[in-house]
Amino acid sequence: MNKSRYDAIIIGAGHNGLTAACFMAKAGLKVLVLEKNDYLGGAAVSLELHPGWTYSNCSYVCSLLRPEIVRDLNLPKYGLQVIPYSGGGVFMQNGDHLCNYNDHDAHRLELARHSKKDSEAYDRYSTDLMRQCRFIKPLLMRMAPDPTSFKPRDLGELAYLGKRFLDFSEAQMAETLRFWTMSVAEFLDEYFESDVIKAYYAGSGIIGTALGPMSPGTAYVLLHHYMGEVDGNIGAWGFARGGMGSISKAMAACFEDHGGEIRSGCGVDKVLVKNGRTVGVVLKNGDDYYANTVISNADVKHTFLDIVERDDLPEDFVRQVERFKIRGSSGKLNIALDGMPEFPQVPKDSPIFNGDMHFTDSIERMERGYDDWKNGTWSKDPYLDMLLPTRIDPTMAPPGKHYMTVFVQYAPYHLANNESWDGANRDAFAQTVFNQISEYSPNFKDMILHYECRTPLDIEREAGITEGNIFQGELTFDQLLFNRPVPGYAQYRSPIKGLYMCGSSTHPGGGVMGAPGANAAREVLRDLGARQTVRGY
Amino acid sequence: MTTRYDSIVIGAGHNGLTCAAYLAKAGKKVLVLEANDRIGGMAITEQAADGVLIPTCAHLLYQLHPDVIRDLDLKVKMAASSLPTIALGSDGRHLKILGETVTALNGADLSAKDTENYVLVMRDLKKFARVLGALLGQKPPHLKNRDWEDTKTLLKLGLSIRMMGRKSMQEFLRIALLNIADQLEDHLENDLLMGVTAMEAVWGTHLAPRSPGSVLSLMYKLAGSLEGTQGGIGIPAGGIGKVSEALEQAATRAGATIRTNTPVKSMLVENDTVIGVELESGEKILAASVASSADPQRTFLSLLGAEHLDAGFTRRLGKIRNRGDAAKINLVLDGLPEFTGLSQQDLAAKLVIAPSIDYVEKAFNHAKYGEFSEHPALEVTLPTVVDQSSAGTGRHVLSIVAQYAPHQLKAGWSDEQRAALGEAVIRKLEGYAPNIRKQIISQQVLTPADLEQLFNVTGGHWHHLEIQVDQLLMMRPLHGTAQYETPVAGLYLCGAGAHPGGNVTGAPGMNAAKRILSRKG
Amino acid sequence: MSKSLSPKTPEILSARPRVNAGRKPTPFHARQVEKSETNDWTLWAGYSIPNSYTSVELEYFSIRNGATLYDISPMCKYRIKGPDAERFMNRFVPRDVRKIKPGRVAYAIWCNDDGHVLDDGTIFRFGPDDFRLCSQERQYAWLMDSALGFDVEILDETDDIAALQFQGPTTFAILEAMGLKGVETLKPFDLQHFSFAGTELMISRTGFTGDLGYELWIEPGKALELWDALMAAGADRTISPVGSLALDMTRIEAGFIQPAVDFLHAEHVVRHTRGRSPFELGLDWQVDFTKGHFTGRRALLKEKEANSSRYCFVGLEIEGNKPAHNALVYHKQKKEIGHITSAVWSPTMKNNLAMALLQRPFGVDITEDLWVEIYVDKELKWDRVMARAKIVDRPFFNPPRKRQTPPARF
Repeated sequence: MNKSRYDAIIIGAGHNGLTAACFMAKAGLKVLVLEKNDYLGGAAVSLELHPGWTYSNCSYVCSLLRPEIVRDLNLPKYGLQVIPYSGGGVFMQNGDHLCNYNDHDAHRLELARHSKKDSEAYDRYSTDLMRQCRFIKPLLMRMAPDPTSFKPRDLGELAYLGKRFLDFSEAQMAETLRFWTMSVAEFLDEYFESDVIKAYYAGSGIIGTALGPMSPGTAYVLLHHYMGEVDGNIGAWGFARGGMGSISKAMAACFEDHGGEIRSGCGVDKVLVKNGRTVGVVLKNGDDYYANTVISNADVKHTFLDIVERDDLPEDFVRQVERFKIRGSSGKLNIALDGMPEFPQVPKDSPIFNGDMHFTDSIERMERGYDDWKNGTWSKDPYLDMLLPTRIDPTMAPPGKHYMTVFVQYAPYHLANNESWDGANRDAFAQTVFNQISEYSPNFKDMILHYECRTPLDIEREAGITEGNIFQGELTFDQLLFNRPVPGYAQYRSPIKGLYMCGSSTHPGGGVMGAPGANAAREVLRDLGARQTVRGY
Repeated sequence: MTTRYDSIVIGAGHNGLTCAAYLAKAGKKVLVLEANDRIGGMAITEQAADGVLIPTCAHLLYQLHPDVIRDLDLKVKMAASSLPTIALGSDGRHLKILGETVTALNGADLSAKDTENYVLVMRDLKKFARVLGALLGQKPPHLKNRDWEDTKTLLKLGLSIRMMGRKSMQEFLRIALLNIADQLEDHLENDLLMGVTAMEAVWGTHLAPRSPGSVLSLMYKLAGSLEGTQGGIGIPAGGIGKVSEALEQAATRAGATIRTNTPVKSMLVENDTVIGVELESGEKILAASVASSADPQRTFLSLLGAEHLDAGFTRRLGKIRNRGDAAKINLVLDGLPEFTGLSQQDLAAKLVIAPSIDYVEKAFNHAKYGEFSEHPALEVTLPTVVDQSSAGTGRHVLSIVAQYAPHQLKAGWSDEQRAALGEAVIRKLEGYAPNIRKQIISQQVLTPADLEQLFNVTGGHWHHLEIQVDQLLMMRPLHGTAQYETPVAGLYLCGAGAHPGGNVTGAPGMNAAKRILSRKG
Repeated sequence: MSKSLSPKTPEILSARPRVNAGRKPTPFHARQVEKSETNDWTLWAGYSIPNSYTSVELEYFSIRNGATLYDISPMCKYRIKGPDAERFMNRFVPRDVRKIKPGRVAYAIWCNDDGHVLDDGTIFRFGPDDFRLCSQERQYAWLMDSALGFDVEILDETDDIAALQFQGPTTFAILEAMGLKGVETLKPFDLQHFSFAGTELMISRTGFTGDLGYELWIEPGKALELWDALMAAGADRTISPVGSLALDMTRIEAGFIQPAVDFLHAEHVVRHTRGRSPFELGLDWQVDFTKGHFTGRRALLKEKEANSSRYCFVGLEIEGNKPAHNALVYHKQKKEIGHITSAVWSPTMKNNLAMALLQRPFGVDITEDLWVEIYVDKELKWDRVMARAKIVDRPFFNPPRKRQTPPARF
């Protein structure tokens, strides 16, 4: 009995659950992490599904992971290395391409091939985006203040926000308000004229979201992807050496080093609540564990609609959770390749192959892909975010072979006419993607040794995220900041005393960032009066 | 060059006239210059050859600002001031909506739950809309370098949001930028009801039900009231043009001079100050201030000239979104049309064809790519039924707004394309009124490109500019000229491109006039 | 969705070359490689040019003593033509362009709406409706944005014209020796066209060394021929090519500011408070409030009327001989009041010169008791030195030969 009593239990060993766990263990608490899968990491995993190949089979690139967390948890000591990549670009239908160069002048010359004016507007564009990043970045590792509250802490945080806003010039204030509400297409129109350049930058405005590039609000999504950094280079992306699982592995090692305990293969069935207070959890296998603090890394719908008894919650709260939007909008293919596929329209040594590659050369094509999603089918001409991590990371495949990750947008969770993803539709979905790639790479299909196709349904089944939405909830304004996940409960606490949330459903949202986990740990430690191990307010 | 005016108002649309009337009432010597041969801008009623009255462009009155009515002592008799909306079902089973009350016609599906929830949804929206309503009759506040009025506006806004109570405030902040489809689907289940309500949110905008911001667009529309009814819809006796005529009378009564057929060529600028205008005829007229109700791009680029403006300003000006998506189709019929499942009495309603959210969403998809919808959403009124006085000799008019038909048609707006649009609309109508085609005596199809030509509105947009949050309040029409003043002294904006925007409200004209008067001390 | 790819033939690939690097060679590259002993290159707007050829000090003295070639082909060159060209230019820059006569060149700055400087450069006026704007940084996007509402044609001629800055006391004699008749009539800021090697050679009496000198403009295909002709004609008059480092020393002696060094392009700063107005850069003389509107005028007028300029740009003479690179400036050795933007030890004047940005009222009302904090490397033993500084007028170096027409031959 005593053996199964803990200071805190964390449901789910995703990167946010593990981040929270680490900070709590560091504070000297006895913490148990329960994971339903046999492996750790949730959506930040490296799996060997094909012998010799390591798949980052869910999330695939890294930039959002907060440097404060990496440093405070000393993750490099536990094996984490994030290697930046550059390059990437778009293969165009007319046989041309757009390549993203690291060097500023090389990049400008490349953009100038498509539009001279755009090549220079790029500097203003990146300055303006950088300004927004600077504005938002400090908010990531802070609690989102509740504007309806009169608590000193909320008022203080609001004043902090207000002060930062007042640092702008009046023109920049107006631009900021506009930026937060515009569509990414309109935002890019204010800088660029070339279709392919706009399409290249618009990608970040839609990845993981159930909106098209022409939908208002998507400029913010662009920022959400842009505000990551690798070594202070805002907007830079990197690979975790050894796949995304190495992030989870390092966190788990840190956690265990601080005395934490992880049990995998332990799906939680119910959160135990007594007199409005959390007392522990019961597993699917019937085991029970006790703690007065339970933190759920699962998304807010799964947490409160599945593993907490409805009777333990206020009806109003449940309704709010029910209307929280977690929309499946993307799929993923992991492909083991026998070698480097040929893309004849681009020189072999182009840096395009070292970064994120796309085949969508206009915003209109992207938007039409979204129309398919609205109609309940996957995009017939999908937007692909395709990378070859093995170009950079030598650990993921045998020498000369390649691992390819293809993120596919859009793919709905609910197919029209109640069709099932299982079977023919999944295969057809994969074929849609293969066909698009092989239009540019004639030998691509011959190179495939093995592949894994993950529809939103598969992602839901494996990572446990409702509808397989990579952000655990849409990044629209009604679900951001003090609205995330539910107004009045945006500060990691739930209506049940002792029950907390730490997943991407909470502020500041999705991406392998760790910020929700760290922020949640901060609130829990405050409530427990324990030693504060999370920096910031 | 003999007469010198206190103020020149460019454009005799409802906003220009309102502005002129306010200025004249304050004792200013005012001249209104109108390029067309008649006053009224987009709010006019024209007489067809056989005497029947046609609302050429605008056909409904939503929220003529109560201050305007009171201050200018407007006498606009309404033929109807709380017009019901009928959402047409293709099977002849329709829903009738009046205020927050929904009733099923001919046994249309409508659950008790939906009837109840509709009331709740609309009450919430109206409550939130009232907060916005308070802003309509005011200049938008500056965000920095605020004057006392700005601070007062912001404090009042903050307070009125707080005063709603915590739950409402949370809900307001949650749905403020939400899309209308989500909001409706969270509460309702009836496709027809959701379709018509979603459409109400997006008329006259480049938004679809699933576009974030469409809730705000609906709240904005509900912010005003008509004859005391919040969100009321009306048709003036004698047509919408009567509003313009009443404003014209108010202006002339107060001493303003109005000249039609007098297009302005350019502004006269001296010492970085607008001192008057030059007409196309070459005549120059001086004034201490010039208020333009023309759209912002026309005002700044065509009339003032970029050389008087900063390059960053004109860059932003060039990017404002001002392309209309709504076409106007006017059909003259040889008799009363028969709509399946509608009584003659029902025809005195606003009829809407937007059978579901998805229908509207699909209609919108075309507009994104520069095509018009083959299956458009339609808003139909029969002014000759609502207002017997406007009926001719047994003729009837179907006044139709069709959405979506983008200003920038990829194929270009040719006669062929225009005819194809008209045909799509008539075909759609036939689904609901099978005999309609035979009844048509004449038809007028006005695409946004035609509206641009007819009314000198760049982009042919009803509201001059999109009603979306990034083009509202202190961002309307753009930062640097959002408080009716422009960068150039002596020049003001008083049209729908300025806060609070389009619809026949008179509010931009009123606010601008107040601003001009306060500036002159 | 129909997708058809054009045939991926090698011809198409070669027509769309991969960008190998962000550094392009200039038309003079071949000669520069031959002359380079140091193999020390730097980047200017996407082009490689030499930092130095032999030794910075020797190159510096060549500029002040003989004749020197400095490659300014990377200079951004924009042609502005059309019926509205004069109106356009007059709205583009704060100075009155109507006063620049055809055949003349003028220094100009331009600002954004906030009245913050974007860049500086030179305006060449070829005719009533025909201008060229030269600048260090790229301005095509801003020019195009500014063109809305004007009937003008804007062409980027950067790659179409090779240019050399030909500076030093013997330059006139060399041009004369090349047989360029009429060059003696060129006054400072004049321009004239000559025929050379079957093409047109444009010469303007301009430059940024603060010395007698010219800038020579020619089609790229004739660039090497021009180089060779100059070197041949100058063989007996101490001619040599110089790199950026030596040129920068003379630039500071002449008291010229440089974008990205002394100020930043105001549209490319993240923090809006980093923008600088002409009044804050000592460029008041560039702003003509009487000529009509120009971009930034209203903001500048407001700044002027409210006396709200935050900074003041000054020339300094500093005690000692250690250049005050990146140094902070103090009042009474205590209060930090600004920083050095450019600094040099002047070998000609034997003086420690600098330009600094000071927070007002320092530099305007308070000009005494100024100190500069310099870190000095004494054989890897770093010392902090507080050196007294005195505000002096610019240019620091201003020889009469710069202005004399016709110029002397040595």
